[in-house]
Order: sequence, then structure tokens, then C-alpha cells
Amino acid sequence: MILDSLLPAAASSYAADIDTLFDVITLLVGIPFLISCYLFFAFILRFKAKEGHKAMYITGTEHKYMKWIHRAHIPILTFDLVIVVMAVQVWYDVKQDLPEMESEVRVIAQQWAWTFVHPGADNVQGTADDITKINELHVSIDKLYHFKLESRDVLHNFSVPVFRLKQDAVPGRVITGWFEPVIAGEFDIQCAEICGIGHGLMPARIHISSASEHAAWVQRESAAALAQTHSPFTGVGTGPANVKPELQLVTR
Amino acid sequence: MAESIPVGHGADHADHGDHGHHEMSFTEKYVFPLDHKMIAMQYMFTGMFMAIIGGFFAYVFRMQLAFPGIEVPGFGVVTPAAYNSLVTNHGTIMIFWVAMPVLIAAFGNYLIPLMIGADDMVFPKINRLSYQVFLVSAFVILGAFFVEGGAFGGAWTAYPPLSTKAEYNLSGLGSTMWITAVFLEFVAFLLGGINFITTAMNSRAPGMKMWDIPMVVWMIVIASILFMLSVGPLLAGGIMMIFDQNLGTAFFDPDRGGDPILWQHLFWFFGHPEVYVVLLPAVGIVADVITTFSRKKLFGYKTVLYTAIGTGVLSFTVWAHHQFIAGIDPRMANVFTVTTLLISVPIAEMLFVYIATLYGGSITLTTPMLWALAFIFEFLIGGVTGIFLGASGNDIFMHDTYFVLAHFHYTFYPIAIIGTFAGFTYWFPKMFGKMMNEGLGKLHFWLTILTFNGIFLPLFVLGAAGQHRRIYDFQNYPELAQPWMQDIRQFATICLCVMLGAQLIFFYNVIKSWMSGPASGKNPWRANTLEWTAASPPPHGNWPEGLPNVYRGPYEYSHPDREEDYWPQNEPA
Repeated sequence: MILDSLLPAAASSYAADIDTLFDVITLLVGIPFLISCYLFFAFILRFKAKEGHKAMYITGTEHKYMKWIHRAHIPILTFDLVIVVMAVQVWYDVKQDLPEMESEVRVIAQQWAWTFVHPGADNVQGTADDITKINELHVSIDKLYHFKLESRDVLHNFSVPVFRLKQDAVPGRVITGWFEPVIAGEFDIQCAEICGIGHGLMPARIHISSASEHAAWVQRESAAALAQTHSPFTGVGTGPANVKPELQLVTR
Repeated sequence: MAESIPVGHGADHADHGDHGHHEMSFTEKYVFPLDHKMIAMQYMFTGMFMAIIGGFFAYVFRMQLAFPGIEVPGFGVVTPAAYNSLVTNHGTIMIFWVAMPVLIAAFGNYLIPLMIGADDMVFPKINRLSYQVFLVSAFVILGAFFVEGGAFGGAWTAYPPLSTKAEYNLSGLGSTMWITAVFLEFVAFLLGGINFITTAMNSRAPGMKMWDIPMVVWMIVIASILFMLSVGPLLAGGIMMIFDQNLGTAFFDPDRGGDPILWQHLFWFFGHPEVYVVLLPAVGIVADVITTFSRKKLFGYKTVLYTAIGTGVLSFTVWAHHQFIAGIDPRMANVFTVTTLLISVPIAEMLFVYIATLYGGSITLTTPMLWALAFIFEFLIGGVTGIFLGASGNDIFMHDTYFVLAHFHYTFYPIAIIGTFAGFTYWFPKMFGKMMNEGLGKLHFWLTILTFNGIFLPLFVLGAAGQHRRIYDFQNYPELAQPWMQDIRQFATICLCVMLGAQLIFFYNVIKSWMSGPASGKNPWRANTLEWTAASPPPHGNWPEGLPNVYRGPYEYSHPDREEDYWPQNEPA
């Protein structure tokens, strides 16, 4: 409710779950917050100093008063428990569980550009018809993707706000995650981990299209990839991730 | 250091000052002092000077965000490199060179001997050394702006490999100076911490039992212990980082068998308790201020103490909530979500106890009281917004957005700025023997508080809308370049400018009151604790006429057996 009113879309299969979690947390911390604020301001106004009136002497060990503090923990612990259960559930679905994939993309971050390697018409990574794009990721709606996230230099973060997805890219590692787009459109991909002076200049776009449009795009582009005799990005294609490539600045 | 052994009260200070028997030279008194109060003032004013620099940095980068590409008055055009180093050093300076020196070192040095009835710290020379190391560290962090490549710009968390390789951060010397400065600053606070703990445990006035120690002293002692227990890993990490930068080691270099995420664990194992290291002294200050101005006994003295200790212990078990999406084993997030949400229990208890202290009080809204109440309210916002981020599932989206930034400014600002103003305005009469102007004080309070909320409440909205941190110009991201977002950024920046301007009122008030304010007398607030029984300002040695005896706890306000509504700790029954 709150998040999807602020963001352009809830474009992944799990975006709605995260939005719901946010709303539930807002409600569960909002209630104790408002009650605390009410008591806080009520006490300040009610107990303003008056001429000839002495304050009460309360040590805070009397059961009569202390029970109010102790009782307040019951709802707080209950709310905490609800939040933990929901948060862990969402976390499990997005980060811990890895559903069966239908296609796989490689996402390679570097100072200061994104390289996306899409499988070609054969839907297999590491073959000659792979489609390599700089700063554009093309995916099909309703298809479950695995992404293999790598970094060539420093930490980066692959963040797609409309998916509610975020994952650090760590040099020397290949981190696997998943998403399934559910809405077509063109949205931002942002780098969300400071990566040097060009950190603010690392935007990319995700193009989500219908299955038929996407298939047509793959056909066109993989044919072009096969026709290309010499790719400037051969280093990106298939080599092991932790081989240090020469630092090439990619201009958009 | 024979003279430093705590030989009980009235310890011989013949070696440094003779309690006014001979006139000290200017250098002895102000440049290399051994008096805890003068060292406190050195820390206080160095911290305030660094706060002005940190505030100026914030002004420059907020102007760039609100009006991208403009020539910022007083600075010029903000390049991406300059933006990054301003953001990095704003964070570093505000935490390590403002919050730490002011809250722990300045208040700790000033208050501990005075509030426990001692004539000075037990190790005055270590105390002096602590400040000197701290001063050097301040020169190192600022000096980085004047070396080739400029100051470090890889964020205050300094994640490698960006921070360890000059080819990536483009400021090789600057990044070494940054970590060196942080390292020195920690050494200074280790020295200070030894002093605070030893003094509070060994030099208390006769009759002062453990439960008679004022809360602010307890809190500074607990904070010092937390700091000492947590800083070790980061000191080790700092040495690894300096080696990686300059000697070609590969602790954090994945190409040669190192692991960049190791640094994150070392950093946050320190970094999260650090939040409570600065929080606790502010919480202590607030306890003393609200009891005095509501004429109430602190509700549940031991409860507050135990929640502080509980929070401190728990704070060692939550560090990886900063790393949910950093590439750690995803199962770890479940454990750290539970511990993180658990910490809400003692913190909530603490805030409830403070609100309960107001119940049945006789509240006077003086300037220090307004600051203390604002601390409770603003920190409450900081606390509840933390739940959003501690919940792992939600953090997948929220991590590194402005929601995080707004959240921790709602914790650090109440701590470092509001807590400091509460303490400074409360003890100003003791420090300088003069009363501050209440009208100016309240004007400064309201301007600061309203603009503070004006800056950071809108940033929660931007964060929820997906705006990420440390990006120098959002116009490059279509989803972040919408006009309504730019309007919010400009509103926040204008609020910041007004807030910074409002601080001139504070400095004017301090100087004016210091010069020509009405004399305060010993105990203008009719408070109970021992510092109010010394002269204002207290002379070297604090009680030349003899140290006080203690007969009761610090918060015996409005006792039913007494006509007066306060009962000083040193007054015989």
C-alpha cells in the first residue's frame, strides 16, 4: 500500500510480499509509537509545575507502577514475533530458496557500468549466440530467471527497485539469485553500493516485455551475435569470474 | 606515575597545580592542562569545531543534491570526487570527532570527578595524553583534504577493495590518512576509557555506594567498557587495511585469497556497539536533566541500569544486520533479525521508564529540559524506524536507501546534537558560573528541532521511493529524477541551511552569557548531585575546602519527609 504508491510498479513475483511486510511493520510499530507519543505529551501537559504543588515520590520499584512497564512488553514482544515470522518468510522466499529456473542471465558489475549476458536462442549460457548488452537487461514477463552476479573490481550492488530486489556484487564470487517479472515495462537498475567517483553514473535499464516480443528480440540479437566475428567483450563472455580482466572503461 | 595512584580523597596534587598555591602559566593551564575540567573543555570545543566542519560538508553536498551542478556559495562546483569525500568525511567526523569526544570525553571528563566527589581523574597524565592523541588524529583526518588525490571518498564504512586500492578510489594517500586518523582516535579513547572506568570505580566520595552513582556517570562507564570490548577487532582490521594499502598484503583482496567481506564483519562488530557507546552517555544526561526539571525520582534506577547493560550485551550480537544483502550466508540473516528485533525490548523499556518519570512530576520547561524531552521523542522515531530495517525481508528493498539514512540520523542526531545541547545547557552554569539566556536558548531549540524534522522526515519518503545513498546527482536515474522528489530534496536542503544558521544563535548565546550573563551561584537548578555543591566554576581540585560525603542516591526529589523538593546527596540526614 505505502511502497507501491511511491514506486513506479511492483514488477516481480515477490514485490507484493515485501510491500505487505512493510505495511504490517508500519501498523505494528505505529500503534505503540502513537500510544507512547500520546502518554509523553499528555504527561508533559498534565504535570506542568504549579505554584505550591509538590511532585509525587515514586521510586519505580512499586508493583502498582512497575506492572504498567512490564505489561507493555507483552504487545511489543508479540508484535516483534509477528514481524520476525513475516520477515523470515519473505527472506526465505527471496534469498534462501532458489526455485527452478527457466532462464539465466549473467550480471557483471564494474567501475562504472553493467554488462548483462543473456542466453541466445538456445537458452543456454556460455554459447556463441549469447547476447551481451551494456546497461540494458532484457527479460520476459512471467519467466523465472536466475541471475549470476559478479564484480570485476570493487563492491557494487545490483538493485532493481521495482522488483524490491537488492544484492551486493562481490569481486571473486559469483552470487546466484532469482526473480520473476510480472509486469511489462522499462525501469531503473541502480548501483546501490558506493563504488568510487562514478557511483552516481551507473544507471542501467531493465526492459520487461511479453513472451512473444522477448522471443523475437532474442532471435534477432542472437543471430547478430553469431554473425559478429569479433566481439569487444569476449573477456566478459565465458571466462572464470575471478580472472582479473583488464580495466576497460565502457562508454555508453 | 606514582602521583596517579588513587590514594583516596584529597590525593596529593602537588605535582600539578598545588590547588592554587602558585599561579599556573598560560601553557600549563590551557595548553597542557592536567585538570579534568580543562581537558573536558578542550574536548568540548574541539568537538564543536569539528561539528562546524561536518555541518559545512553537509551544507555543500545537500546543496548539490537540491540544485545539481550549481556553484555552491563558499565551496564551488561539487565534482563527483568531492561529493564522495564530503559525504565520507561528514559521517566519519560527526561520529568519531563530534559524538565521541563531546559525549564521552568532554562530559565524561567534566562530570565524572565532579559527580562522584573526587578532586580529579586518577590518571591525569594519561588524560592529557588522550586529548593530545585525539588532537593529532583530528589534524590527520582534516589534513587528507590537502594531499594529492584529496580526502578518502569510499564512505565512512570504507569497504574494501574500494578503500584498499588506489587504482579504484583514486585517493591513495587520502585513504591511508583516513584509516590512520580513525586508528589514532581509537587509541585516544582507549586511554580515556581507562581513566573513566578506574576513576568511577575507585575515587568515589565516602558513602557513595554503587547505586548512588548518578546515571550519566554509570552510562559513560558502561559505554567505555562497550567501546573497549568492541574496538579490538576494528583496530586489527585497521592495521590489515593499512598493510593492504601500502605493503601489498592481501587480507581483503579476493584476487589473492583475501576476502573483502571480512572487513565488514570487523567493522560492524565494532560499528554496532559504537551506536550504543554514544547513545548511553546521552541517555544518562537525559536522566539527570528530566529528574531535575520534573522534580521526580528517576523511575526505576536499577531498571535503567540493567536495560543499559542488556542493550550493551545484545549490541554485540546484531552486527550482521548491516550485511544482510552483502553476500553473507543467507541463513545468517534469520539469526540477526531475531537479535535485532530483541534489542527493541530493552530500548523500549528505557524510553518507557523515562516517560514514566514524567508522570506525577512538577515539570518546568527550561531550555535543557526541552532538549532532554526532544531527545526522548526524536529517539523514539529513530527506534521504531529501525524495526523496518532489522526485518530481513524488508531490508532486501530498504538496504542502502535514504530510509536507512533518515533512520540513523534520527538516532545519531538526538544522541550527538540534542543530547549534547541538553547536557551543555544544563551544566553551563557549573562550567562558566553564568546563566544562559533562556529566550535565546528556546529560540535556538525550536528552530533546531523543527528544521531537523524538516530535513529528515521527508527523507524517509524518498528512501521508501527507492532513492539510494551516496549518489551525487539523481538526475542520472529516471525514476529518481521526478519533479516531486526534487522538491523534497530542496525542502530538506533549505531546512538544513536554516538549521545551520540557527546555530549562530547558540554560539552568540554562549559568548554573551559567558561574558555578561547573571551569576549562577552553586546550585541554580536546585539539583541533588555533588557537582552542584562545588563552586561555579569549580576551582582546580574541585572542593579545596574538603571533599563531600555522600548519604543518599542522586534522585531524591520531592521526598515526602521533607519540605524542600530536593535533597542533596551530601546533606546529612
